[in-house]
Amino acid sequence: MSLRDPLAEVRGLGSAKAGTEHWWAQRVSSVLLLPLTLWFLLAAASLLRADYADARVYLAQPLNAFLLLAFLLAALYHAWLGLQVVIEDYVHGRAMEISLLLAVRLLAFLAALGAAFCLLRITMGA
Amino acid sequence: MLSILHRATGVFLCLGLALLIYWVVAIASGPECYASFARIAGSWFGALVLLGFAFSLLFHLANGVRHLVWDLGRGLDLPTSAASGWTVVAVAALGTGLVAIRLFGGA
Repeated sequence: MSLRDPLAEVRGLGSAKAGTEHWWAQRVSSVLLLPLTLWFLLAAASLLRADYADARVYLAQPLNAFLLLAFLLAALYHAWLGLQVVIEDYVHGRAMEISLLLAVRLLAFLAALGAAFCLLRITMGA
Repeated sequence: MLSILHRATGVFLCLGLALLIYWVVAIASGPECYASFARIAGSWFGALVLLGFAFSLLFHLANGVRHLVWDLGRGLDLPTSAASGWTVVAVAALGTGLVAIRLFGGA
């Protein structure tokens, strides 16, 4: 028999109350990244020796810009979740840990916004 | 061994993601900004880093699939996981070789 409260048992949450959600979000983002990464590998292979004009023409295509943005956003989310686990595992000072976790969140948010802004500028031809 | 490599390549790929976004920003900012990016990326050091990212991405992708299959409760026995581990390494090495050929190969 278990000493755990029956409701806690049913909810499947550990003592931190949040681990299951994080684990699941990491899997969902990884499944989303499977097709997007395969597309990115093909795109990157075709752009490997591209110059400025080639790359600009490629990203001006709405579908290419859309898929690249989808890849970048999914990857940033996945990276944020992954870095969070690494920081929680290896950084033991509480103040340093929280500072790094906040920095990762902030950088991921700014990078997502910057990528979206730049890709929109390119597709709009500005 | 592969398990810590999954984490290491994941952290390394965060840097790759930042540089990829820098590439997008450089294209949006115009030819001058792109030229300074291309000068670094086009050097031998840039090529080396790019191959590192190629290997990391392919390894993390293939090993990620391996982990998802494990999460479904399959392939957990020792012979199968050893075989899938070698498959992952082979995929990453072959793929990186293809990238190197495309990067350095003739026109």
